[in-house]
Amino acid sequence: MKEGYEVIYKRPAALTGKRMHYCPGCFHSTIHKMLMEVVQEMDVQDKTIGICPVGCSVFAYDYLDVDMQQAAHGRAAAVATAVKRMLPDRFVFSYQGDGDLAAIGTAETIHACNRGENFTFIFINNGIYGMTGGQMAPTTLDGQKTTTSPYGRDTSKVGMPLKMCEIVSQFEKVAYVERITCNTPANSRKAKRALKKAFEYQQQGLGTTFIEVASNCPSGWKCTPEESLDWLKDKVFPYYPLGVFKEPGKPAK
Amino acid sequence: MLKEMIFSGFGGQGVLTMGSLLAYAAMKEGKEVSWMPSYGPEMRGGTANCMVNVSDEPISSPIVTEYDIVVVLNQPSLDKFEPRVKKDGILIWESSTIKRGPTRDDIKAYALPAIEIATEELKNVKVMNMLVLGALMKADPIVGTDSLMTALKETLPERYHHMLPLNQEAFELGMSKV
Amino acid sequence: MGETKLMKGNEALAEAAIRAGMQGYFGYPITPQSEVIEYLALEEPKHNYVLLQAESEVAAINMVYGAAAAGSRVMTTTSSPGFSLMQEGLSYIACAELPCVTVNVCRGGPGLGTIQPSQGDYFQAVRGGGHGDYQLIVLAPNSVQEMVDHTVLGFELADKYRTPAMLLSDGAIGQMMEKVDLPDPIPYKPDKPWATTGKTPDRERNIITSLYIKSEVMEKVNDRLQAKYQKITDNEVRFEEYHLDDAEVVVMAYGLSSRICKKVVDLARESGIKMGLLRPITLWPFPEKKVAELASLDRVKFFFSVEMSVGQMVQDIRLAAEGKKPIYFYGRKGGIVPTPDEVLEFARKKIEEN
Repeated sequence: MKEGYEVIYKRPAALTGKRMHYCPGCFHSTIHKMLMEVVQEMDVQDKTIGICPVGCSVFAYDYLDVDMQQAAHGRAAAVATAVKRMLPDRFVFSYQGDGDLAAIGTAETIHACNRGENFTFIFINNGIYGMTGGQMAPTTLDGQKTTTSPYGRDTSKVGMPLKMCEIVSQFEKVAYVERITCNTPANSRKAKRALKKAFEYQQQGLGTTFIEVASNCPSGWKCTPEESLDWLKDKVFPYYPLGVFKEPGKPAK
Repeated sequence: MLKEMIFSGFGGQGVLTMGSLLAYAAMKEGKEVSWMPSYGPEMRGGTANCMVNVSDEPISSPIVTEYDIVVVLNQPSLDKFEPRVKKDGILIWESSTIKRGPTRDDIKAYALPAIEIATEELKNVKVMNMLVLGALMKADPIVGTDSLMTALKETLPERYHHMLPLNQEAFELGMSKV
Repeated sequence: MGETKLMKGNEALAEAAIRAGMQGYFGYPITPQSEVIEYLALEEPKHNYVLLQAESEVAAINMVYGAAAAGSRVMTTTSSPGFSLMQEGLSYIACAELPCVTVNVCRGGPGLGTIQPSQGDYFQAVRGGGHGDYQLIVLAPNSVQEMVDHTVLGFELADKYRTPAMLLSDGAIGQMMEKVDLPDPIPYKPDKPWATTGKTPDRERNIITSLYIKSEVMEKVNDRLQAKYQKITDNEVRFEEYHLDDAEVVVMAYGLSSRICKKVVDLARESGIKMGLLRPITLWPFPEKKVAELASLDRVKFFFSVEMSVGQMVQDIRLAAEGKKPIYFYGRKGGIVPTPDEVLEFARKKIEEN
C-alpha cells in the first residue's frame, strides 16, 4: 500500500475470486457481490446455503464461497423449502431468474410463499431468457422484441408480463417484498440494504422474504450497457415500479 | 390348516371390519394371516369385500378365487361368490334382504336374517356384522370367542368402548342362530 | 425386541421409515398409497421428523433433493402417475449422488389408468426412468413384512452408495394387511461430510450439482457413476429360490405376482410337475447370474415370467438367459391380478408344447 492511500473498496472475502462469466454491464455480478457483503457483515458464511437453478446464474456456486445446491429448472423454491425445514437455523436463499421463478416454477414459487417458507428469494428479473439466447420471458414487456417475439410481445396472444412482487405480497405469510435495482450508485446502496433486511427478517423467522431485482441484459436486449440503463428507466420502471411492497411493521402498499 | 375366505356386502355394512377382526384374532393366536380389501370407488356405497386367509403356514397367495368360507350380505355378492365356494365349503348369507338364495346343494349354506334380528332384537342395525361373525364362528370356530372379543377391544377406538357389551351380545346371539 | 402388529402395507412402510430414523418426508397424496402420508401425519407429534404435503409430485421430489443434499435421511412415496412426474428430479438426484428412498405403489396404466394394482412400471424403475445414464437400486417387496424390511434396507443401501433407492410395490401390497414384525428404532447417525450444511472455516464449500458443462468432465462423472453401479451389481443382488433344486420349469415373478406363483408351484408339485420359483428381490441389480446358471442346466426345460403387465421383466430374463432356453410370458393388465389356476393352466400348455 502506497503511503497516503487507504483501502476504501475491495472484493468481499465471501466471493471466491473466480473471474465471473457474466456479460459486461450485467447486474448479476453486482448482486453477487452485495449478497456476499451482507453474508460477511452478518458473519453468517458458515450458516448460509444457496440454491441456484437453471439460468445465467446456474454457475453462481463458482463465485459464492458458501455451500450451494444447483437445482432443476423452476424447482429452487421446493429445494430451498426442504433445506430450510431440515436446517431451520441456517440462512437459505434461492437465486432465480424470471423464466425459473415466474414460468416453469410458478407453482413452487406461489406455494412456498403461501406457506411462508422462511427463506429469501432473490429474483433476477431481466425480462428475457439470457442463458438460452434471448427468448421471451414471462416478464418481457409489451411490445418488447425477443427471438421468440421478433415482432414484439403481443399481449393479446401471450398475456401481460407477470408482476411477481405485486402477486406474492398478497400472501399473508410473506413478510417482506421489495423491488430493487442497481442502475445507479444510490439504487445499488438501497439494493444492498434490502438484501440485508431480507436476511435479518429471515433470522427473526418472520416468513418469506422476496427481493426482485429489476435487472438488465445488454446482450439479450441487443444494446450497450448504457442503453440498457435507459431502457430500465424508460420502459421497465414504469411497469415494474421500485420500492417496498410489504414489510414487517409497515402498512402494505 | 388353511382357511381361505371372502366377506362381501355393501360398503358400510362392516364387511371389512368383520374380516380384519378375524385376521387380528387369528394373528393373536399365533397364526399367519392376510387381509386383502377391495379398494377404490366401491368404498362409497357400492359392493365392498375383503379376502381373509388364516393359516398355520406362511401364506403364499393373499388373493384366491375359490373359498372355504363365503359370507355375503347383499344380492350381487351372493350371485358373484356362490359359485366360488369350494365343495363342502361354508356360505353364510343375509336372508332378510337377499331375495334369491343359494341354489347349490354341495355346500353348507346358512341363512341368517341378521339385519332383521339386529334391528328388532338389538335395536341397532350397526352390530349386524357381529351377529354374522358369531354365526360364522359357530359354523366353523376358526378362532376362539375370547380372541375375537379381545380383538374387538384392541382395535375399536376407545370412544366406542361403551359399545363393547352390545357387540358381544350381538356376537353371542349370532352364535345361537346357527 | 420390536413388536408384532396387523398392518396395512402402506402403514407398515410409514412406521418402518420412522423406525429407520427418517428425518424428512415430502409427498403428495395419490391412491393407492395415501395411507403413507396419512399415517405419518397422525404420528408426527410423537416424533421429530419434518413432514410436508407438497404442492405436487414435482415439488415433492425436489424437496427430497434439497433435504438429502442438506444431509438428511429423507423419503417420498407415490403411485404410478406421480412417479412419472418425479423422473426429472430422480435423474438430478442420481447424478448429484444423493441418498434417498422413493416408493412407487404401482397402479394400472398407462395414462390416468386405474387405481388397481399393477406391475406396469418395471421398465421405468429398472431402466432409470428419467433422462441420462443412471440407475436406481430397486427393491420389490412381496409382503407387508418386506414393506418394512425393504424400507430399512433402502435407507441403508442409499447411504452406503450415495444413490437413490426405491421400492417398487403395488396397490395390493400397499392396501393389504398382514402380520408384521416391526424392528426397534434403529439409531441413525448421519455421516455426510459432503452435505450442504453451511461452510465452516475448516473446510472448502460443499456444492451439490448435476451440472458439468464440459464434456470431458461429464464423461468422467458418468464413469464414476457406472463404477458405482458395477459395485452395486457385484454386491447387492438379492433373490429368493423356491423349489429350484430339481426344477424343470422355472417360473419367475416379483412382488405380488411372486406370491401367486408360490401357490402355483405348490399346486404344480401336487400334480407332479417339477416347477420352481426364482423371485428377484432386487429388480436392479437383476439376478442375471442366477438366471444364466439355471438356463445352462440340462434339466431346466423352459422359463416363464408372470407379471401384472404386458411383459417387461421377461426381457431381462431373455437377456440373462442368452437364448439358451425358451422364455415365455404370462400376464394380466389393467389392474387385474392373475389367479393361480390360470397361471398353472398356462404352464401346463407350455409343458405340452415342449
